[in-house]
Amino acid sequence: MSVKPQVHVNEDYEKLYGFHMPESSVFKAEPGLDEQKVKQISGMKSEPAWMLEQRLRGFQHFNRKPMPVWADTELLNSIKFDNIYYYLKSTEKKGETWDDVPPDIKETFDRLGIPEAERKFLAGVSAQYESETVYHSMHEDLAKQGVIFLDMDTALKEQPEIVKRYFGTIIPSGDNKFAALNTAVWSGGSFIYVPKGVKVEMPLQAYFRINAKNMGQFERTLIIADEGAQVTYIEGCTAPVYSSDSLHSAVVELIAMPHARIRYVTIQNWSKNVYNLVTKRAVAYEDATVEWLDGNLGSKLTMKYPGVYLMGRGARGEVLSVAFAGDGQHQDAGAKMIHAAPDTSSVITSKSISKGTGRTTYRGLVKVYEGAENSKSTVRCDALMLNEESRSDTYPTMEIDEKRVQIGHEATVSKIGDEQIFYAMSRGLSEAEAMMMIVNGFIEPFVKELPLEYSVELNRLVQLEMEGAVG
Amino acid sequence: MTKQSLSTPLLVVENLHVSVEGKEILKGLTLTVNAGEVQAIMGPNGSGKSTLSFCLMGHPKYQITNGTILYKGRDIHELAPNERAAAGMFLAFQYPTAIPGVTIVNFLRAALRGVRSSDVPVKEFRQLVKTQLKALGIPDAFMNRYVNDGFSGGEKKRLEILQMAVLAPSLAVLDETDSGLDIDALKTVAAGINSQRSPERGILLITHYQRLLDYVKPDVVHVMVDGQVVRSGGPELAHTLEAKGYEGFRIPAGGFSVRSARR
Repeated sequence: MSVKPQVHVNEDYEKLYGFHMPESSVFKAEPGLDEQKVKQISGMKSEPAWMLEQRLRGFQHFNRKPMPVWADTELLNSIKFDNIYYYLKSTEKKGETWDDVPPDIKETFDRLGIPEAERKFLAGVSAQYESETVYHSMHEDLAKQGVIFLDMDTALKEQPEIVKRYFGTIIPSGDNKFAALNTAVWSGGSFIYVPKGVKVEMPLQAYFRINAKNMGQFERTLIIADEGAQVTYIEGCTAPVYSSDSLHSAVVELIAMPHARIRYVTIQNWSKNVYNLVTKRAVAYEDATVEWLDGNLGSKLTMKYPGVYLMGRGARGEVLSVAFAGDGQHQDAGAKMIHAAPDTSSVITSKSISKGTGRTTYRGLVKVYEGAENSKSTVRCDALMLNEESRSDTYPTMEIDEKRVQIGHEATVSKIGDEQIFYAMSRGLSEAEAMMMIVNGFIEPFVKELPLEYSVELNRLVQLEMEGAVG
Repeated sequence: MTKQSLSTPLLVVENLHVSVEGKEILKGLTLTVNAGEVQAIMGPNGSGKSTLSFCLMGHPKYQITNGTILYKGRDIHELAPNERAAAGMFLAFQYPTAIPGVTIVNFLRAALRGVRSSDVPVKEFRQLVKTQLKALGIPDAFMNRYVNDGFSGGEKKRLEILQMAVLAPSLAVLDETDSGLDIDALKTVAAGINSQRSPERGILLITHYQRLLDYVKPDVVHVMVDGQVVRSGGPELAHTLEAKGYEGFRIPAGGFSVRSARR
């Protein structure tokens, strides 16, 4: 009787994002990792000695540190480090216009809609393909205001002092096994410096694309917003669908000087053969604000806990995250808020959806040091499960060493409501439409914070993930 | 029967037996609603009134073990709730469900698309909604709120009536739409229901109390006890109930035929 509405059944990850181009390389290191390869990467990039030392320190930490014994140890221990290609350079050139980019690579980014987005609403774009940045541009007026937006390798050459001063200061080389690995073999990523008082109105965006099989991508990002400066940075990522696994292990460090504001938005949409093991951390000084908006839709296993160290009076930190785990996926995500100064405040909002055999985990830490009086923290975790077999766990940790604080924690776990579905269906929505609408409503607090173009994109991605949710 | 219609009755419920999780709630209920009629079903708590409304709309939890439901002459047993909605059936819930994050405007647009089985032009939709909002005295800003999220009892019931007005069903079942309303809200909701009376539409009012029927005059009143209709009559039956309660309508130990009660 009624026409069953379409839930975009003809579009799927494979077609939209999971395609791949023939592999091209001007240099590809052998798979596996040893000290020689770390030196080789540094040598190819003609890096200063201090960076090679950092890399080697990172490599030692990586070797010494055991695999985490928490989170999804089964998946973690199935990573075959010896099969991974740690460095692959696809082209010698880095384009400043898309015409300078090799055709296959340009076509990839065209299909992902990056040049189009750039024309419409971005102040600057960086596109990374395998290990290296292949395209980079920024509006001229930002350059005139002294804004620096470079890929990390170029920044190391052109801005050596500032990179040396801050690199690895927020996330040291031995922070954890995967941050150590990144320190050893990092390549690409973004460097941003926004001078005092400059407010970058339009977002800067980086897009990370893995194309080759068994690839490891290890970008390194450092963003510094000087006093009173403001910037929004958006990153997106996708990869082809392969039967063998790839590894993405980034390190992102943010520094918000007094009164500055950094908003860091991630739409993670890796294919389901990518391990996404990322370390992200910020420091916020007096009256500064750092917001992490973190959307995790793709990957096989994600482990990511963006943190804010609230170091100055009145600093604010926020993590607003959405995780979607479909069949075979595990999103182990959360947040860390460290209150180390008085009058600091933090808000953590975690929304997770698990479908089929998907698993979501919220893992979070709120730490308030003694003396950080009048600090406030609110943690809210909502988990929505779409099927009987899906799973969700919450591990909130609170370490409060100061008495004069306000701490709130609320967690809900619900199965998608039969009553909600019946209500919507009684009004004429099909079961699939009803589920889609309920899920979209569930993540609305996240979506409404995104720039419009991304909220449309995110809703579409969730729609793709929801395919087949109704039996 | 008060009114005779030459065409097929809108709804014919025949000897309906319904179980929930193995427990029989409706025990041979029989009922006919014609287009143009407002019928009221009154009954004490636990008599199966809400079971009837959910069952009519196709809630999967309610199992029909015997009997039939014919809507416009068609057995709707196999139809999903949204297919029933598309066929012109509507249920105003006693406890409408909240859908956080979903705005009323988006929800209603999707509902109308489902009911009409085709997209509704934005302009037409806006006009339609605007007219109905005005008629119900609901401010435009209401449309941007999330469906039933944090609503007062009165707001929820008004949203149900708004949806009924926009979706324009042939058969509307209103389950305790009067419950939890103060007298002003009750009058507003009743006015909304009255505005929806039409020769093409049948309305089934399910209620515990008679007070709604002071504002919405029914053509037929049924008394429902223990999963059956035990007495049917005109509006005066509601007053008898109000005065004497449901005691006199209890089914005698030996039981009696539903049909004998109706005829």
